[in-house]
Amino acid sequence: MGTTEILFFFLSALAIFSAIMVLVSKNPVHSVLWLIAVFFAISGHYILLNAQFLAIVNLIVYAGAIMVLFLFVIMLMNLNAETEPQKHVWMTMAGVISGGCFLMVFVSLVRQATDMNGKTALMIGGNIGLIKNLGKVLFTEYVVPFEITSVLFLSAMVGAVVIGKK
Amino acid sequence: MIPLGVWDMPIQYYIYLCLTLFSIGIIGVLTRRNAIIVFMCVELMLNAVNLLLVAFSKMHHGAAIARLPGSTAGIEGQLFVFFIMVVAAAEVSVGLAIIVMMYRNTHSVDINFLNRLKN
Repeated sequence: MGTTEILFFFLSALAIFSAIMVLVSKNPVHSVLWLIAVFFAISGHYILLNAQFLAIVNLIVYAGAIMVLFLFVIMLMNLNAETEPQKHVWMTMAGVISGGCFLMVFVSLVRQATDMNGKTALMIGGNIGLIKNLGKVLFTEYVVPFEITSVLFLSAMVGAVVIGKK
Repeated sequence: MIPLGVWDMPIQYYIYLCLTLFSIGIIGVLTRRNAIIVFMCVELMLNAVNLLLVAFSKMHHGAAIARLPGSTAGIEGQLFVFFIMVVAAAEVSVGLAIIVMMYRNTHSVDINFLNRLKN
């Protein structure tokens, strides 16, 4: 078992544990902090896969900007464990069982898929994740979708302001 | 040059990891009633999909450079992850504005208050 495997399993365990803690913690602020831990673990996975640009964008955009936005909203609303809406235990059971069924169906599907056998993800090698190569493709072949996203951002900005001003 | 085959990870591991994260997100959406936590679980599901896209992109890239060194096959997967992040950022800004709106009207973030849309 090499270093890569150890790092992979450590990051996977960290991601899954933090994701479960997002669900079970009562205080929304703790949920946000655990979700930031999940994003750090996923960024570690990106670095293992040599997708350096996505790793840093994931940290800056998700763990930096989006989670700060969540924290601001939670603090504006003064939410804490006491204001947490409670739910029937039967509804929780039903949710967990349906999610577990989803997981079970897909795991058995992947186990039986024969064309996945022997396929491996290249871990350290490969240079498609570097900013230079991604930028070349982004600004030549995908320049029109890239410009369209700026319109999307503008509309999201206007929409957020309009909704928030009412 | 790193020798091929030494650093590889079976793709099934990534599929199982992403499936688990996605299922945790689904369970969160189904079981929690706090609108912000539900929204965070949607983000978790988006991130699971992003990780799987990157893993598949590296899978195709590994197969391509074994045949033809210098190939950039599989780079589209990572670009799509970039676009998913862009769309997620736009979605979060609008969604949080809607949640703030809802809190201002009902003084609660319980999503069961939203069932008035039924009528």
